[in-house]
Amino acid sequence: MKKTYYLFNPGRLSRKDNTLKFTPVDEDGKEGQPRYLPVENVNDLYVFGSLDANSALYNFLGKQSIAVHFFDYYEHYTGSFMPKDYLLAGKMQIAQTQYYLSAKKRMPLARSFVRGAALNMLKNLQYYNRREKDLNQTIGQIEALMLQIPEYNKIDQLMGLEGNIRQAYYQAFDTIINDFEMGTRTKQPPQNEVNTLISFGNMMCYTACLGQIYHTQLNPTISFLHEPGYRRYSLALDLAEIFKPLLVDRTIFSLLNKRQVKSSDFRHELNRCVLKDSARKEFVKAFEEKLSDTIQHRSLGRSVSYKHLIKLECYKLTKHLLGAEGYVPFKAWW
Amino acid sequence: MNIIATHINYLHICHRKLWLFVNGINMEHSSDLVYEGKHIGEHSYNQRSPKFREVELEGAKIDFFDPQTKTIHETKKSNAFEKAHVAQVRYYQYLLHHNGVLETRGIIEYPKQRKRIEIEPLNSNDFTEIENWVKAVRAIGNEIEMPNRKDKPSKCKNCSYFDFCWISENE
Repeated sequence: MKKTYYLFNPGRLSRKDNTLKFTPVDEDGKEGQPRYLPVENVNDLYVFGSLDANSALYNFLGKQSIAVHFFDYYEHYTGSFMPKDYLLAGKMQIAQTQYYLSAKKRMPLARSFVRGAALNMLKNLQYYNRREKDLNQTIGQIEALMLQIPEYNKIDQLMGLEGNIRQAYYQAFDTIINDFEMGTRTKQPPQNEVNTLISFGNMMCYTACLGQIYHTQLNPTISFLHEPGYRRYSLALDLAEIFKPLLVDRTIFSLLNKRQVKSSDFRHELNRCVLKDSARKEFVKAFEEKLSDTIQHRSLGRSVSYKHLIKLECYKLTKHLLGAEGYVPFKAWW
Repeated sequence: MNIIATHINYLHICHRKLWLFVNGINMEHSSDLVYEGKHIGEHSYNQRSPKFREVELEGAKIDFFDPQTKTIHETKKSNAFEKAHVAQVRYYQYLLHHNGVLETRGIIEYPKQRKRIEIEPLNSNDFTEIENWVKAVRAIGNEIEMPNRKDKPSKCKNCSYFDFCWISENE
């Protein structure tokens, strides 16, 4: 099974024969003991530390279909090296574009993403509601908002509704999380620990979705809920809506409530809160474990990983766009 | 559409698989099954390989062809889709005929099952049948709608499109 590799430390990545060699380099330019990453096990690379690499390496990674995702000092996603598309299908591209261009075709998909996201948020709330956290009010509020989803016929109105649902949901975080206050959702920059974790987690979820879209015929820039291709691979944003509650929020709740991440794992800078390396590593570790966790899938009759669920979502979308089966968003059933 | 041997093979396995393949909807090649099939094809009977030729025609790449006895050798992992394998070799014979190599025979080998099937040269009925296959591939490939999947998932296990075809949400 191929894995995601995370490079936190500064160093040089190079091609060595037919595999990858990582040589850590410290601040004084002193080289450490090199490590070898077997190339056939690498699905993609996430680069958080500063990385030295040459074009021979990227040619090699391109041939092996390995993507590299880059993040800046504040863990913002800054871009990706994507290998050449290898699953091109003109028919698919045209179908996807047609669905985007026609409001009648686009709206049902956009509604599905909002609905799927809300259903998975409700799952989280119901879980904690059964565990002595009184969340009935928020649950009722979200259920009421969801009734309005079919009524909207414009994307911006739907996005507004989605924002309201998410706002109600985030208000419940202070009940769910024991020792931290989240208050209101702040981004750019996030102001406190919980907000920082949400931002970091959402970015990880977005990148995971992008990684899966790459292995299908879908074009990541043509999206239905979010506006296409504006600064981001926006189809990954659409898909991430559905998986954020499951992958990101559950990871945050468990890391904080089990005290695997503590307030000492954050650094407060002027007007922002930043994850220290320790928190980043804990989160990435828990997130990876979540992605490789498996569940018994009901329609496929076999166990699949959470990561594979994202790809299955791509398949359902493909079938919808090719006119085979209507898209029904994934909803956690456990 | 340029008809290739894979089309003829898929025609005899599943029309939906054929349609998806014709329309460029391929699945990621990460599966161990694909690797296993490739490995068996490349490493079985390699002691005999010097006298065989690889033959490339428009629409087919024949891995092993013996020019002396005019025999096509095809190696497959399992005989579960024997009909499709026979059809594929039939199509090779048809293409070779149109390239001036007449009266070819075929041998399909299943090293894991230690089984082989011998295929006689084409007769005039076979030519008509193969031309009908070609027409059927064109017709299916040009259909606007994706053909239905098979009726039971058990028939689809081991297909690279399994997850694609059978994923659905029960609400």
